[in-house]
Amino acid sequence: MRTLTFAQALNEALKQEMRRDPMIYVAGEDVGVYGGIFGVTAGLPQEFGEDRVRDTPITESAIIGSAVGAAAAGLRPVVELMFIDFIGVALDQLYNQAAKMKYMFGGKARLPIVLRTTCGAGMCAAAQHSQSLEAWMMHVPGLKVAVPSTPYDAKGLLITAIRDDNPVVFIEHKLLYGLEGEVPEEPYTIPFGQADVKREGTDVTVVATMAMVHKALAAAEELAKEGISVEVVDPRTLTPLDVETIVNSVKKTRRLVVVHEAVKQGGVGGEIVASVVEEAFDYLDAPPKRVAAPFTPVPFSPVLEQAFIPSVEKIVAAAKEVVA
Amino acid sequence: MSIDTEKLLWMYTNMLKIRRFEEKVAELFAAGKIPGFVHLYVGEEAVATGVCAHLRKDDYITSTHRGHGHLISKGGDLKLMMAELFGKRTGYCKGKGGSMHIADMDLGILGANGIVGGGPPIATGAALAVRYKGTDQVAVCFLGDGASNQGTFHEGVNLASIWKLPVIFVVENNMYGISFPQTRSMRVQDIADRAAAYGIPGFVVDGNDVIAVYEAAGEAIQRARAGEGPALIECKTYRYRGHFEGDPMVYRTREEEEMWKAKDPISRFEAKLMEMGVLNEAQAREINERILAQVEEAVRFAEESPWPAPEEVLEDVYTVAV
Repeated sequence: MRTLTFAQALNEALKQEMRRDPMIYVAGEDVGVYGGIFGVTAGLPQEFGEDRVRDTPITESAIIGSAVGAAAAGLRPVVELMFIDFIGVALDQLYNQAAKMKYMFGGKARLPIVLRTTCGAGMCAAAQHSQSLEAWMMHVPGLKVAVPSTPYDAKGLLITAIRDDNPVVFIEHKLLYGLEGEVPEEPYTIPFGQADVKREGTDVTVVATMAMVHKALAAAEELAKEGISVEVVDPRTLTPLDVETIVNSVKKTRRLVVVHEAVKQGGVGGEIVASVVEEAFDYLDAPPKRVAAPFTPVPFSPVLEQAFIPSVEKIVAAAKEVVA
Repeated sequence: MSIDTEKLLWMYTNMLKIRRFEEKVAELFAAGKIPGFVHLYVGEEAVATGVCAHLRKDDYITSTHRGHGHLISKGGDLKLMMAELFGKRTGYCKGKGGSMHIADMDLGILGANGIVGGGPPIATGAALAVRYKGTDQVAVCFLGDGASNQGTFHEGVNLASIWKLPVIFVVENNMYGISFPQTRSMRVQDIADRAAAYGIPGFVVDGNDVIAVYEAAGEAIQRARAGEGPALIECKTYRYRGHFEGDPMVYRTREEEEMWKAKDPISRFEAKLMEMGVLNEAQAREINERILAQVEEAVRFAEESPWPAPEEVLEDVYTVAV
């Protein structure tokens, strides 16, 4: 099969969906002729024109809020928030308006909105351009949250997100954009709420998201050399969360490590561990562990930043601890 | 602008309908039959009425926390509104929204809104959809003087302006954001002056004169339908009641209230219609009685309606359950 980068896979998903449905438009800062700050919307204005690929001012509240109004009036907006860190200046339109309208209105609103955004550290972009805020999004009823880790998942999940009639926050880790992988040429969907077992194993379950999936896989390689068999589970969406696949994996391995790049406190890891404890406590042979960032803003200096981001070594150490 | 008799009588009836509905809500709230927060539109009836008199069913509006008047003017059903205020399952939102979140997508009502300044970006988006589809609908964003200080107002109006979208921002300047007077919340006297910052027309009108509102809105809506972009209309008006029911109103004088009541939009318009020979005492009485009966019917409907079943709390979060 041919390979694409993560960014190219997203770009292909956008183009294929826009060809299929004329009600889809793309809007955001520098998404037009610039092609998006990470190149995901490259070539879109040339093919679809400026009505469907709309450069906006720096106006995050209006980017998201206009998507809410446009979706309520029948369009399918796919809007880009350049960095998830910027959600603070626009949060009301997402969590009070987009997320709640359907419920507040007794089920009558249909809001097919995709908010594409980037997250993650590793580019020395410092505290306001590097955060992982997926737990905030996961805490809001009414939003769905997709967190792809591979080019294949990125394309399939984005197509699903675009066809979904609910607001979806689609989070792309910026260090993954250059990652290559096999991607089918035809459009395909990946159902939300279906975790993917990225590597099968028997001794410990490592649940990881986005960039951390690849670190978990590297840790699994290391641990295999020492005779420890790791199962890596990638939830792929946080809302809905496929608790069943995670629990079934833990029932088999009897041990759990959760890895994410966001800070540990109040993070997705706590939710996953709690779900497993509620449903499979008796199966656990060791207390679950979380490998996550410390409770600090993201630092700038490469040395500090690497100390912040969970490493393969930390995942290996945590896995050994629960297996011991 | 000449206005036909039918339209004049519709405006009179609509204003009276809002007034009688709101008076009944105040009574029911005081009696403990309506839970939560209610913000009444009494005194401001001419604004929603004069604007919505130009709107079609397929036009859009975004409303505010003080939204009952907008909903009634856009064709909202009194029974479904009252049932929603009671929290009954027959209400507009099946009891999930209440006063601050009533919506009717079939009437283009994209919701009352509990967040001050929530509406402008949403109305701009609805207008974007109109432009995108190439129809001649418009979107009207009702907002208050307080909301015009929010960042979302700036962002929504600016985006509508640069994209030349068919949206009309109607500022209901009732002079107070809860207790804080407009004179202290901004340096401009007329909020309509802010339109200049976006390169769009701004109108100041007497918001207690339904004809003045009707004329300004007519011009702005006509421009918008013709593809000439957004406008801002500031309607100077006054809410007779507090910010919400139960507000002690320590921040304004009884004299000020009486001064505004002397400019009551309904009695002024009634006198004018009688002077014009469009309305007589007997007709006015008949209209009033008809409205009172409709309001009573709405109350009866709400009272007799069932409560939602507790398990309904789980429904309607997502289009297909997650």
